[in-house]
Amino acid sequence: MTIIRNQNGTNLEIALEGRLDTVTAPELEKELKDSLDDADSLTLDFGKLDYISSAGLRVLLRAHKAMVKKGGMKVLNVNEVINEIFDVTGFADILTIE
Amino acid sequence: MQEMSFSAEIESIPDVTAWIDEELEKLGCSMKAQMQIDLAIDEIFSNIARYAYPDKSGSVTIRYSFEAASRLFSVAFIDQGIPFDPLRHEDPDTSLDISEREVGGLGIFLVKKTMDEIGYHYRDGKNILCLKKTI
Repeated sequence: MTIIRNQNGTNLEIALEGRLDTVTAPELEKELKDSLDDADSLTLDFGKLDYISSAGLRVLLRAHKAMVKKGGMKVLNVNEVINEIFDVTGFADILTIE
Repeated sequence: MQEMSFSAEIESIPDVTAWIDEELEKLGCSMKAQMQIDLAIDEIFSNIARYAYPDKSGSVTIRYSFEAASRLFSVAFIDQGIPFDPLRHEDPDTSLDISEREVGGLGIFLVKKTMDEIGYHYRDGKNILCLKKTI
């Protein structure tokens, strides 16, 4: 998985490419731990992300909880596989998906 | 039928998916089904890597087969670790707000939702978990 980070004012934009799974989820977790304190809002671009496993969902949930107290978290460009994962797990009701 | 053994460690997962993906691509599997199978491998293999062999190392044998007529692809995960039936766990309550519930148990739930069939049995000291998906 590749993480592309772009700080735009107080909004942190992170684009992910590849697979957010058991092996790669700790990489995103570390990136967010290092960067989220300085951000008021978070945008996640999933345009080039293939899928998310439960390990990735855990990281997203933690990020969502951290950002809900601030300017919020948005998820962009979700593909069909990931959309279904969000639907069946109930994440679709909670996350802001655009 | 093809079979290969892997070390029961998280680090083996990319090797397992690469091996299965190569076959799925040959079979003309849709990208969506391939991603769902890879996701299932991640969930099942990571569970085995974490829990099957406490305090010692072990291996997982992966066996796949394909029925051309029905286009049904099967993957079995076989380990000799402690007996564990992941299907006996109750599904998480996805109607609860996620801020109120634990994300634990979601992995096997995702596998149940995306595969056509999932079966478990314990025989001759082995956990055998089999997934089936039309590709």
